[in-house]
Amino acid sequence: MSLAVSTIGQGLLWAVLGVGLFLTFRILDFADMTVEGTFPLGAATAVAAISNGMNPLLATLLAFAIGAIAGLITGLLYTKGHIPILLAGILVMTACYSVNLRIMGRANVSLLGKSTLFKNHFLASLPQYFDSVVLGAAVMIVITTLVIYFLQTELGQGFIATGDNQTMARSLGINTDNMKIMGLMVSNGLIAFGGALVAQNNGYSDVNMGIGIIVIALASIIIGEVAFGDLTLNQRLVAVTLGSILYRFVLLLVLKLGFSANDLNLISSIILAICMMLPVFKNIFNFKHILKRGLDTND
Amino acid sequence: MTKPLLELKNVVLKVNRNTPEEITILDHLNLTINAGDFITVLGSNGAGKSTLFNAIGGDLSIDSGQILLNGKDISHDSVEKRTSFLGRVFQDPKLGTAPRMNVAENLLLAERRGQRRGLMPRNLNRHMAHYKELTATMHNGLDERLTTATGNLSGGQRQALSFLMATLKRPEILLLDEHTAALDPRTGQDLMHLTNERVSQDNLTCLMITHHMEDALTYGNRLIVLHHGKVTYDVAGDKKQALTSEQLYSFFAEIE
Repeated sequence: MSLAVSTIGQGLLWAVLGVGLFLTFRILDFADMTVEGTFPLGAATAVAAISNGMNPLLATLLAFAIGAIAGLITGLLYTKGHIPILLAGILVMTACYSVNLRIMGRANVSLLGKSTLFKNHFLASLPQYFDSVVLGAAVMIVITTLVIYFLQTELGQGFIATGDNQTMARSLGINTDNMKIMGLMVSNGLIAFGGALVAQNNGYSDVNMGIGIIVIALASIIIGEVAFGDLTLNQRLVAVTLGSILYRFVLLLVLKLGFSANDLNLISSIILAICMMLPVFKNIFNFKHILKRGLDTND
Repeated sequence: MTKPLLELKNVVLKVNRNTPEEITILDHLNLTINAGDFITVLGSNGAGKSTLFNAIGGDLSIDSGQILLNGKDISHDSVEKRTSFLGRVFQDPKLGTAPRMNVAENLLLAERRGQRRGLMPRNLNRHMAHYKELTATMHNGLDERLTTATGNLSGGQRQALSFLMATLKRPEILLLDEHTAALDPRTGQDLMHLTNERVSQDNLTCLMITHHMEDALTYGNRLIVLHHGKVTYDVAGDKKQALTSEQLYSFFAEIE
């Protein structure tokens, strides 16, 4: 029971990464590597700020702002500097590594004995692991609602159009450079926010905690899509959170099968690769056709 | 004397600037467009037709000369800024619409062409009745597919939608770049008729690139021919009405 609760809690806390990456990967339609740097950047910022006596909530919001600045830099390199997005992201990601060491002063900083979001009076009074479920759910409801509202505004529609057809968007007077920069800022802000949450939940920040983040975030998006099929845009955003929880259960299962935590990055990549190739497999084996035929009676 | 709406004065546009491959695409081009003109644009490949449109639209910056809108120099305005007066339809149906957004969403995007987009809710439902009426004028089933993603429409439907989007918010100038060329002959002719109807009804100022000499003669009140980046032929009114395809063919044979 407590294992399931803790898994759901982890899924909810990590889901913010999926929503953040959705803005760039699914809407702007490119893979932003910056997130591998902004996740530990958010963690480092929050942990350093809390260690210096800042209120945990303010420290988490500060992490969002710092992450957004990193996204701004990637956006400027990409749109104004004409550096391909993949490389622009890798440049900022690499630079973040040094910045994170500067912020923390060393490779690993513990929050032992410090106040965190999880130590507030109400959350601390809950049974074990329920704190991350309650906080994670609250965060995801607020963030998903805000993103859904934004995407239905005139500006949000221009943002979607930019990722969908840049030529058209420009011909309708949408400043596509600004849209991309805005998307990268919000996306990386959310990822850093997620880093701050996870660091406070773990009780420490580590300079290497960003490795494989893009795979984890992609996994929540893709698993959500594969599990729930044809959805509207709003439903897909909700499916990201469910996908993140499902992904945590898959990892739990893998650990139960006897793999060690060191294998998780390998397993995550394999799971994601399989999920992304599902459409290909479907065509090759004609899954739907076979399934349907199985249900038909003799004619 | 009508006041000129758009003037291109001595416009020079080069590509591959400062390299051995430098080519002058528009070569001291002069063109004056009056309000209400429906100009068909002819010219062989590489004559500079599409480049002319991209110079007007701001996608390509000009090397020298001036582009004036209502007497005001817009030569250095950004693409986004120029969209406030410009409606465009491209040759490729894929370029004019957002494939993952539905028909109504595309129309709503077009309704705010060139305007500021803020954080107000889009209020799509409020526009649905109007869009239904509007798309019904295309007579191709578009009105039944308002909530279909445009990526799932036929090429003809997509191009009709692109045309509606370009004219939904009245453009001061409408640029049509071979907008029927990618369609089958019948669908293409249907869209040509609708184009002509809309342009004359709304009294739009329009430039239309075409490779169909018949279309160039049938439609519009003025015809120009581009050759090596210059306007080499410019005929309007009764003279255009009297022009025959034989005369045009012999003119082309002459300049080649």
